[in-house]
Amino acid sequence: MPSEPLVADHVLEFPGGYTRTTGPVIGRFLTELRDGRIVGVRTAAGRVLVPPLEYDPDSGDAVTGEYVEVGPAGTVTAWTWVETPLEQHPLDRPFAWALIRLDGADTALVHAVDAGNAKALEAGTRVRPVWSTNRRGHITDISYFAPEVTKIVSPVKAAYKITASRSLTHFLEGVKRGVFVGCRCANCHKVYVPYRLSCPECGIAITDEVELPDTGTITTFAINNLPDPRAPEVPFVSAYILLDGADVPMIALVGGVPAHQVRQGMRVRAEWVPEAERTLSMSNIRWFTPTGEPDAEL
Amino acid sequence: MGNSCAVIGVGQTYYTTKRRDVSIAGLVREAALRALEDAGLTFKDIDAVVVGKAPDLFEGVMMPEAYLADALGAAGKPMMRVHTAGSVGGSTALVGASLIQGGVHDRVLVVAFEKQSESNATWALSTHLPFNASLVVGAGGYFAPHIREYMRRSGAPEHIGTLVAVKDRQNALKNPYAHLKIPGINRQMVESTPMLWEPIRYLETCPSSDGACAMVLASESAVTGTPAWVHGTAMRSEPIFRAGRDTVNPQGGKDCAADVYRQAGIADPRRDIDVAETYVPFSWYEPMWLENLGFAAEGEGWKLTESGATALDGDIPWNASGGVLSSNPIGASGLIRFAEAAQQVRGMAGEHQVDGARRALGHAYGGGAQFFAMWVVGREKP
Repeated sequence: MPSEPLVADHVLEFPGGYTRTTGPVIGRFLTELRDGRIVGVRTAAGRVLVPPLEYDPDSGDAVTGEYVEVGPAGTVTAWTWVETPLEQHPLDRPFAWALIRLDGADTALVHAVDAGNAKALEAGTRVRPVWSTNRRGHITDISYFAPEVTKIVSPVKAAYKITASRSLTHFLEGVKRGVFVGCRCANCHKVYVPYRLSCPECGIAITDEVELPDTGTITTFAINNLPDPRAPEVPFVSAYILLDGADVPMIALVGGVPAHQVRQGMRVRAEWVPEAERTLSMSNIRWFTPTGEPDAEL
Repeated sequence: MGNSCAVIGVGQTYYTTKRRDVSIAGLVREAALRALEDAGLTFKDIDAVVVGKAPDLFEGVMMPEAYLADALGAAGKPMMRVHTAGSVGGSTALVGASLIQGGVHDRVLVVAFEKQSESNATWALSTHLPFNASLVVGAGGYFAPHIREYMRRSGAPEHIGTLVAVKDRQNALKNPYAHLKIPGINRQMVESTPMLWEPIRYLETCPSSDGACAMVLASESAVTGTPAWVHGTAMRSEPIFRAGRDTVNPQGGKDCAADVYRQAGIADPRRDIDVAETYVPFSWYEPMWLENLGFAAEGEGWKLTESGATALDGDIPWNASGGVLSSNPIGASGLIRFAEAAQQVRGMAGEHQVDGARRALGHAYGGGAQFFAMWVVGREKP
């Protein structure tokens, strides 16, 4: 039987950390960072390198001594999303590593972008540095970059107390009893449901109340394939139902029949919830369901 | 009809799902500056500003006209807001025109917009107050039953809506401002999309757009550049719930059309009008409005669509711009119809220009097909 392998943890770390002599170019860059500025260096060919390099990577020539302040804003040119940050990463939440071309620079800098989610980033996203509060002359003096503000959320909320009108209350009291209360205009003799106090055609007060049966005819309908909290499932049928004796249709849910078997002209009856469960609302009617009678002529 | 009125400048933004780069003020200004540039004018030359948009709940900005005064150069000038639901863009143009026709002003800037991406129109249209148990879900849920009733009454074959959905998107490919551009759009593509509110399929509905449109209107003495002359204007409305109301072929629309045709001296719209920009947010509304506006007899509108008469190369092109089916910044959609009608008779419609267009109809409707706004514009002064 083989013996267990010998395993031990080992840390290889130069005590205190290696030093890096920056040289004049990188040193200037880090010194400016500590002061909250970002600079690049100009090459003999006129390009501005950010972060600066000591020697022009195109030609091998020394760069000029001209330092150019760039940014602080810049544009993301490419990025990759880090969904699960590691301990050494600059952010403890999902972020992007991005190539950022700072305004005035000809090259891109690699840094972290705190964008919230991957969908918030694209090539072209404008970002700005978020500075560390304890700057010491290190690339981490910029904690990370963050997208520029392009949108705010503006919560608008108005709280009302809604008092149902006298006529609607009267109608809903009827619905609680299992009755549709309508009314008849004394001038045009049209019967309106729900119950109302004036005629939209004649503009006069209506005083003549009528009770309508809970049966009617579907004049037309939609089959809705978008879910709605008021409907039990999709597809659901919302229909114009002309109650027997009424002259205006009501819009209501149709149930107890597959959506695609609903027809214009179909005869339906209200299906009431049990009396004990009723309230002053239209939810007392579960839906309208076919009566089985022959279709009506439209 | 009062004094003569002409459109002398038109400006549009490019229509798109989300304009993330501009505020609402920046959006309307973009259209306004383009209209002024077209007219060769600046804000200094404008006497009054009229703004139109759909319900405030769409962006949650109450009294947007007050907020937009700066962006539209309206400081120290009359500024008003118009609101007639989806027809508002058309009504905005007509209110502006009435200020010229009535001799009150010489130059009026009219602007309409919507930045739909700031919220959700279906939410804004279905706020579900307590006690009411409306089952209407957005505009599609409202209009679908009326389309079904049109199909039953007219006996139109089922593919007519598809034809309109394809035709308008083909036209949109010629309009640089259009939102929906679907290269190779065809019947099969439309028919393969799901039913949202049967009988309305996904590609038979309008998109949700951000955008603005503006026009400069002028009295005869204040005309600059190329005018489109207003030959007739009319608005009508009717209650949404009324016994005997015909929701398929509303009386308000018929009356509005008769009024605007009478003013413009139009006896037979199909013959006397060269191009129409009409409010067709769901494909089936083309045949329905062909009948409502008198281009076809009742029950016959679908035959015009089927014959290709309303295509760009037909005898009465409808929505050469691609229409509402291709771009729908709701508050602006009516004004875009009116502006596109003007561009046609100015000969400035670009690739979707109808050759030799001399007279054009602009049309908008709103609410539960209960608000109507129309104008006829022409190349010649009336």
